Amino acid sequence: MDVMPKWAEVVLVPLISLLLAAVISALVILAIGEDPIAAASLMVEGAVGSVRGWGYTLYYATNFIFTGLAVAVAFHARLFNIGGEGQAMLGGLGVALALLYVPWPHWTIGLIAATGMAAAFGALWALIPAYLQAKRGSHIVITTIMFNFIASALLIWMLNEFLKPVGSQDPASARFATHLDLPTLNGWLASMGIKASKDDSVNVTFLVALACAVGVWVLMWKTRLGYEIRAFGHSESAAKYAGINPVKITVVAMLISGGLAGLMGINTVMGEAERLVLNSTEGAGFIGIAVALMGRSHPLGVVIAAILFGFLYQGGAELALWTSIPRELIVVIQALVILFTGALDNMVRMPLERMFLASKRRREAAKPERKPVEPAE
Amino acid sequence: MTSTAPAIELKGISKAFGPVQANKDISIRVMPGTIHGIIGENGAGKSTLMSILYGFYKADAGEIFIGGQKTEIPDSQAAIAAGIGMVFQHFKLVENFTVLENIILGAEDGRMLRPSLAKARASLLELAEDYGLHVEPDALIEDIGVGMQQRVEILKALYRQADILILDEPTGVLTPAEADQLFRILGRLRSEGKTIILITHKLREIMDITDTVSVMRRGEMTATVKTSETSPQELAELMVGRKVLLRVDKTPAKPGEVVLDIKGLKVVDDQGVERLRGIDLQVRAGEVVGIAGVAGNGQSELLEVLGGYEQGTGSITLNGHSLDLTGKESDGRSRRRRGIAHVPEDRQREGLIMDFQAWENTAFGYHHDDAYRAGILMNNAAVRADTATKMERFDVRPPIPSLAAKNFSGGNQQKIVLAREIERNPDLLLVGQPTRGVDIGAIEFIHQQIVALRDQGKAILLVSVELEEILALSDRIAVMFDGRVMGERLPAETDEKELGLLMAGITDTDHPHSVEEIEANLAHAGGDAHKEV
Repeated sequence: MDVMPKWAEVVLVPLISLLLAAVISALVILAIGEDPIAAASLMVEGAVGSVRGWGYTLYYATNFIFTGLAVAVAFHARLFNIGGEGQAMLGGLGVALALLYVPWPHWTIGLIAATGMAAAFGALWALIPAYLQAKRGSHIVITTIMFNFIASALLIWMLNEFLKPVGSQDPASARFATHLDLPTLNGWLASMGIKASKDDSVNVTFLVALACAVGVWVLMWKTRLGYEIRAFGHSESAAKYAGINPVKITVVAMLISGGLAGLMGINTVMGEAERLVLNSTEGAGFIGIAVALMGRSHPLGVVIAAILFGFLYQGGAELALWTSIPRELIVVIQALVILFTGALDNMVRMPLERMFLASKRRREAAKPERKPVEPAE
Repeated sequence: MTSTAPAIELKGISKAFGPVQANKDISIRVMPGTIHGIIGENGAGKSTLMSILYGFYKADAGEIFIGGQKTEIPDSQAAIAAGIGMVFQHFKLVENFTVLENIILGAEDGRMLRPSLAKARASLLELAEDYGLHVEPDALIEDIGVGMQQRVEILKALYRQADILILDEPTGVLTPAEADQLFRILGRLRSEGKTIILITHKLREIMDITDTVSVMRRGEMTATVKTSETSPQELAELMVGRKVLLRVDKTPAKPGEVVLDIKGLKVVDDQGVERLRGIDLQVRAGEVVGIAGVAGNGQSELLEVLGGYEQGTGSITLNGHSLDLTGKESDGRSRRRRGIAHVPEDRQREGLIMDFQAWENTAFGYHHDDAYRAGILMNNAAVRADTATKMERFDVRPPIPSLAAKNFSGGNQQKIVLAREIERNPDLLLVGQPTRGVDIGAIEFIHQQIVALRDQGKAILLVSVELEEILALSDRIAVMFDGRVMGERLPAETDEKELGLLMAGITDTDHPHSVEEIEANLAHAGGDAHKEV
């Protein structure tokens, strides 16, 4: 029997967890001799206080939606895809290859090509660990982590050997054709006559990310494939009984997961840098794990959690810029959020459940004629 | 201790788990030197009560008196100190330790093992002598049969000077002959002044061996009566709360064409052990063929091959067409398409996704069905509607399609599986342990549904470790032992004794056989008789 009403489960538990993380963060800021209130207002101001702030918050959120969805899809098949980072790197490589060598006439067509390549490259990078897991039982956590390192090395090699313009010292590809630049929020606002900054931050990829979230929702809860993935994730023995092929589900779920992570490449490579640079992923692949945990592997939860983490990222950058609070503190704050929303989930959940139970008992005691539902074993 | 004080007295014990009231104001008195039965359906709270007595759970309210003294039992150490010994349904033995090592485990006298072992060996021999508990002290647990393992558990308790023994469903893993031997031992323990509490759901055991019996229902103790003054019928009514039919009502079978024909079926498991060693078996339309056997003798593998999630060699034909045993068409989806429905042995591990809602479980295995699809999407509305209909027809309570499977009682979970499989109108229905962990009220209903399907002219292959169930439902009985069919019998021409011998691999059933011989046979069978019972 569900002990808590759904709203408490979905809203109250994460909210209290966040509050706890905020309190501990405040204590840490106090401990290093800074003012937590001032720091908090600076973060809020920097992340959502201006169009520029919003632009970057949503830009980061776009990355986290992709990687969060990637981890969430794998979670549903009880696969822990830690390789989002590497898959996103490969996705970026796919984007660069698509845009450097084909003269696309318009950014829309370029975007479609980039999307296809990003997804294909990301999926390909997940395929090998998936196959090894399904056929050989090699643990997917180990293999996907290793593939992150391989991806990183591959990217350096590709940039240095093939993609770097001749004579350049910078391990980065040439800039893509300017007519392939993706429309940004700032550009759109400027065309409306509203003054905004010139940063290439949030762009049309954000909409692609939202579309992916809807797509994942449809896939998981409306299609037979999603049904099979979830069934397999809940119980492999039952899945076998039902005639669900474990090899197929493992591979397909990981392909989808890798593809989603790869799509992040559109945002960073095509949208922001407009060329392929080293380390464009900036750890977003790992943040995706926290986002999926906090979002309970549901696309809506993932989107909300991604925006929260986007806020932390952007607010944190501002904090480092304007105060003597070191940038590392932001990592501490993010870690606290992950700790409380992910790892220490039960610390908040259990007392809450007990509270709801107690109030329910009191209500039931008040009207004893109501027959309880037959107890489960 | 005065002679009039009860060995155990519980007063007003209550215990709740979250919203479920597992025990509600329970009081019992058990006099020394008696066997007291506690009977009740699954989930009635028997095991919770005994766990409180053994210190695993703390009661929310109530008092425990041992030998007239009020006693607190915060943990199992305290229970042992108070003279309580427990024999669990799932034995708690270290498989690769010897009998002797298991007996002293946790009761060693000092840092060095040798003196403890020597002392244990001496007292073990004494105990074995006193109570007729024969064991081999130096045998490894994994090499001895289930019956002897159970005696080791009893000896463990006695070695710790238990005066009160609690046995939780002790006969679940035993053949009838072994169960008889256990009851002889219990009788002997009683005559030596020990107090025994026997938890069971089998009415016959209660009638055979106990002096007094308490009935539990939905966490409450509904009655305590002298066994000599009650009847199985009355006990069943007290358990369920209404009149129940203990016999299955059915007309003689009218077998038709051969539907399932198995020839020389072999299955080798991952470890290279032959689990099925050449099975020949036929099931005709309109008959129930029951497979009897101690769990782990190949019955599960037989169902798994037929259900499409285990591969084998040999030949199986369904309605004259052969089934693919190793290739692309050997999966569950293909089997379902061919008209085989399967109620698996373990509904929680296989038959259901416990976290899925009831409607999602109704589509389970049939989610590719045309009726459940709308283009590339699943037609969730259609599945929900279908679930509501099936729930009504099979009297699933509560009839809420959106309730998760784990929130239904065992009987209602089984009804969800049964509704899904039977309503497909299959040519062949495979049924494994249809009433395991199912309350008496639901058992009656489930048996009726199986017989009704038979009467529609369908073939049914039934696997059960409950001999009573096999005898009641089957039109023909095949006994499996160590991956082989030891023989086929007609239910009218056999009895539990003969089937019990076949279950132990003994085919010359006309001659008397010792329990030792039966045990030795079972211990040497390739199957793991202890598996998942």
